[in-house]
Amino acid sequence: MSQERVPAIPVSFEGVRRAGGGRRRYWKSLDELADTPAFLEFLHREFPEQASMFGDPKGRREFMTLMGASLALAGLTACTKQPEETILPYVRQPEQLVPGRPLYFATATGHDGYARGILVESHEGRPTKVEGNPDHPASLGGSDVFGQAHVLGLCDPDRSKAVLYLGQQRTWGDFRAALREPLRKQQAKGGSGLRFLTGRNTSPTLAALMRGLLADFPSAKWASWEPASRDNARAGAVLAFGEPVEPQYRFDRADVILSLEADFVSGHPASLRLVREFAARRKPTGEKPQMNRAYVVEGSPSSSGASADHRLALRSSEIEGFARALAAELGVAVRGGVAHDWVAPVARDLKRAGSRALVIVGESQPPAVHAIGHAINEALGAASSTVSYTAPAESAPGVEAKSLAALVAEMRQGTVELLVILGSNPMYAAPADLEIAAALDEVPFRVHHGLANDETAARCHWHLPASHPLESWGDLRAADGTASIVQPLIAPLYHTLSDLELLAAFREGEQKGHAIVRAHWAGELGGDFETRWNRALHDGVVAGTAFEVKAARVKLGAWANAPLKPEPDGGLEIAFRTDPCVFDGRFANLGWLQELPKPLTKITWDNVALVSPRTAAELGGVAVEQTASGHVTDLAELSLGGRSVVAPLWVLPGHADGAVTVHLGYGRSRAGRVGSGVGFNAYALRTSDAPWASGGLRVRKTGGRARIACTQDHWTIEATPHEQAAERHLVRAVTLAEFAKDPHAIQKLGHEPQPGLSMFPPFEYKGHAWGMTVDMSSCVGCNACVTACQAENNIPVVGKDQVGRGREMQWIRVDRYYEGPPESPETYHQPVLCMHCEKAPCEVVCPVAATVHSEEGLNDMVYNRCVGTRYCSNNCPYKVRRFNFFLYQDWETPSFKILRNPEVTVRSRGVMEKCTYCVQRISRARIDAKNQGRDMRDGDVVTACEAACPAQAIVFGDVNDPESRVSKLKAGERNYGLLTELQTKPRTTYLGAVRNPNPEISGTPGEKRHHG
Amino acid sequence: MAQVFPRAANDFARASLIVGGLVAASVLGTLVFVFPRSSYVTRQKEARAQPVPFYHLHHVGGMGIDCRYCHTSVDKSAVAGIPPTKTCMNCHSEIFKESPTLEPVRASWREGTSIEWVKVHDLPDFVYFNHSAHVNKGVGCTSCHGPVDKMAFVWQEQSLLMEWCLECHRAPERQLRPKSEVYSVQWQPPSNQLELGRKLMLAYDVRPQVTCSTCHR
Repeated sequence: MSQERVPAIPVSFEGVRRAGGGRRRYWKSLDELADTPAFLEFLHREFPEQASMFGDPKGRREFMTLMGASLALAGLTACTKQPEETILPYVRQPEQLVPGRPLYFATATGHDGYARGILVESHEGRPTKVEGNPDHPASLGGSDVFGQAHVLGLCDPDRSKAVLYLGQQRTWGDFRAALREPLRKQQAKGGSGLRFLTGRNTSPTLAALMRGLLADFPSAKWASWEPASRDNARAGAVLAFGEPVEPQYRFDRADVILSLEADFVSGHPASLRLVREFAARRKPTGEKPQMNRAYVVEGSPSSSGASADHRLALRSSEIEGFARALAAELGVAVRGGVAHDWVAPVARDLKRAGSRALVIVGESQPPAVHAIGHAINEALGAASSTVSYTAPAESAPGVEAKSLAALVAEMRQGTVELLVILGSNPMYAAPADLEIAAALDEVPFRVHHGLANDETAARCHWHLPASHPLESWGDLRAADGTASIVQPLIAPLYHTLSDLELLAAFREGEQKGHAIVRAHWAGELGGDFETRWNRALHDGVVAGTAFEVKAARVKLGAWANAPLKPEPDGGLEIAFRTDPCVFDGRFANLGWLQELPKPLTKITWDNVALVSPRTAAELGGVAVEQTASGHVTDLAELSLGGRSVVAPLWVLPGHADGAVTVHLGYGRSRAGRVGSGVGFNAYALRTSDAPWASGGLRVRKTGGRARIACTQDHWTIEATPHEQAAERHLVRAVTLAEFAKDPHAIQKLGHEPQPGLSMFPPFEYKGHAWGMTVDMSSCVGCNACVTACQAENNIPVVGKDQVGRGREMQWIRVDRYYEGPPESPETYHQPVLCMHCEKAPCEVVCPVAATVHSEEGLNDMVYNRCVGTRYCSNNCPYKVRRFNFFLYQDWETPSFKILRNPEVTVRSRGVMEKCTYCVQRISRARIDAKNQGRDMRDGDVVTACEAACPAQAIVFGDVNDPESRVSKLKAGERNYGLLTELQTKPRTTYLGAVRNPNPEISGTPGEKRHHG
Repeated sequence: MAQVFPRAANDFARASLIVGGLVAASVLGTLVFVFPRSSYVTRQKEARAQPVPFYHLHHVGGMGIDCRYCHTSVDKSAVAGIPPTKTCMNCHSEIFKESPTLEPVRASWREGTSIEWVKVHDLPDFVYFNHSAHVNKGVGCTSCHGPVDKMAFVWQEQSLLMEWCLECHRAPERQLRPKSEVYSVQWQPPSNQLELGRKLMLAYDVRPQVTCSTCHR
């Protein structure tokens, strides 16, 4: 694989070179760089395929016929009366419930086992929306895409609804009767054939129940295992400290952060808090601007790498050498380093920061790198400053992979007679080398308890439907130990039991979840239980349950000298990553998440094999063709250790060379109507000894082609040729040094239009005037705003085919821009929503006044007036309007009816829609304030996107109030608008990105610009 | 062959064309402008039968029960609230407890099933009306709901067309009354209503919006 022979990049990137000379050029896709005809098509016509239909004479005639008919029918609809409706009041109205007013309850979601505090909005008993819980240490008020989709999980129509025996419907009574005999047999032999398998568990009550069960059945065993393994981190802590401690990071105290493949934006139990703390230090203001600095060394581009000041693309296996060299440079007695240009400057920077520096290591790195990370932190004095150590939150902190492997070995030997699987799906996600299917078949009595009739359920004798966490009582710990009570928002929709109720039934017969959890905490909380219990339910956290900080000293061991694992010769390296949208596959049936463009690739409804431009060239080029109905790319067979899958290839700028990244969570066979058969199953290549990365991968193009729905070129703001694009300055970024030298550096990148050029008289705003700022400096591109908006505003899911045609409906899109060469670009995220222009181009072209200016400066969309001409959308320079080409919304499925936000109209076919600035929240706040006889205050209106944002990058408020946060930000030095030269006067403005590169590292943005 | 029609038939034919056109135009006009506003479509003033013969005439007019005894959330929420069966049973577990007309109420109480009341004031689903915003600003119940104390079965007093909403949003002084009188069914606008209304507009800071998103979202 000599790198001299192949061209550096697969297509022509003249554009990059042309745009040199000190001016930065931002691009969204390789197609844009290469100016392919398909890209230009998307640029000029919002919906390429639809627009070309009228050229065809037959289509035109057909259109006239249909129009005639629909006009006649539309006229007749005026003659109908509304159908008679009934009102069903309560028989006994619950206390505190005021009909028409939502209530909020604090509870927690378990993500990968660890608690994230949430507040759930409940409309007359129906949970409709999730917000972060500001009082919870792992949320601080922010939320993520998984938290936002929690309510959709409850309403998933494919949830399991009944007890099944060999696929036949049975009752809970039947199951109990069937269990009696095998359980009695186990009692006789102390449970030597009884095994439990759960996911990672942090629930104190479940752990206590399990302890009780294991006391009753002393020879029984409990395995807990999670596909997103944290074994490396635990093993690394054991290497360094002799015990499996959990590092607790404090990004708010860290001036310099080095991440060794740690995706702190989305791949850490405390991600939401880390993002909050990280982002808070990336919002420099004009006076004495200060920022933290982040280095990310990683193989597969992640949101963390995209947010960093410096990102170094190294293959996963190369990072250990880098870490060892860095540790040695910092005076830690570690050998085996591999020299790299970055080692010296990064080490100097870390040393300068001293105790205000921090090294964080990702789960995908081997234990030795974790140990080295701990050693570096200790050498820097970071321990007890930016990082402290506590006990881990899991109730069974063992090596999960070993625990599962041991269980499978026992199953194969035939010693397991009664297997109970709780909320785990090993048939789909277990390492391929375990060959779990055959092992499972050896167990004579298999029980699966879970939310869905999934792959594992199909392989078990009994499948028991589980209650959703929004339907059941429970408890969870956050990674720092803080416990939360999980309380139900609604009674179980179907005949289901929670895992606690099921386990309790093994011992003491039927018990309600509430009684089980209460009884456990009555023992824990002790005196004045009632008050403390109610407080815990109200706050969403049990006070005083965070773990105490442990004193931990690093002991250098053999790992410090251990030789590097020799790289398997030949082939490429494969990296396995959880998917940023469907995680490990458990969310595969949630349409919101399937249709969410992935933060960096902007692919929806699929996973792909990601390669760098250079590796793509080495594979003989990856031909990605952009058509009007989506991208078409090459299929390749990935073979590793005798196993293979076929996957679409995709070129991702910034990927490490010589490596392929695949995301887990796809290729499910029994996910449900949404997720089954979507993508390819990367678990088929994953083995227990190499869960995150492995060498020796062979890639062979099959000659087949696959269609991919990728949104990266959709809604591109028109600005060609590229010289003009540079003039338009949609993305503005400077370095901290430039910003410090000239606080107006960002504003000087564009030219503000002269005021008073408009022919229309200005609007007057006597009361409020709403506006928003989006901070590109702190946005990490996590997509939480997109999903929050989807949940709040009843936005439909349209499916892969429609997304491919550029018809996705999300009101917010996060445009991902690259700058620099495709091998190692910088990445910027720009969430784009309706700008609510003062002089909105859409308003003046609507023939039926369905989009009009409100008294408070909102650009109102009146669905009941809209006749679907789409003139507004054609005239919107920001391309933020979305059109219901078909009846996208599911009006039939009963479980979705309880999910809708009753404050927002559910739109039908033929209607235009777009961001409303959450006008329903503005109305509620306005009426509440008026009812209290006061004016609205800053912060009364929090839009769904603003509330969800863990980075607090979105700020909404009244621009007529000079004291509001948004007014102050808009008056700041970083504020700029998009396309302001068009005189649209957008109300949504952006705060330019500031990056803080280390001048000692070559290739930094500042360097590049100065040396041209 | 003799002429069948006299010469005058020509004028008659021409006139009939004009008259016919006028008739067609007026029929069309009626269809477009009058019919949608007619009570046939709006169901204005049409008393609706209910599963229980609950008479506001008796409870409000006769006994003088305050609106808020049953419609508890009217000053707090978008919806005024239809009372739970519990509210009925507060009294009817003591009085008329054997009455056959109240059997549906007792059945609801016994079995825990809701009484299915027929919705009289039924706005389209894309309209978001808020009761609290109105009653807290001096718009009385009877201004929209009419003489409820005189209704046996309730009917819809007003057309509930958007033009009717806007009439008041553009000139609220015509409908405002002192906050103390909001729930009064006896209140009649005084002769100086416009003057009083303007005074109340200032006192209560009444600035109704006429923006689309005020009600449509």
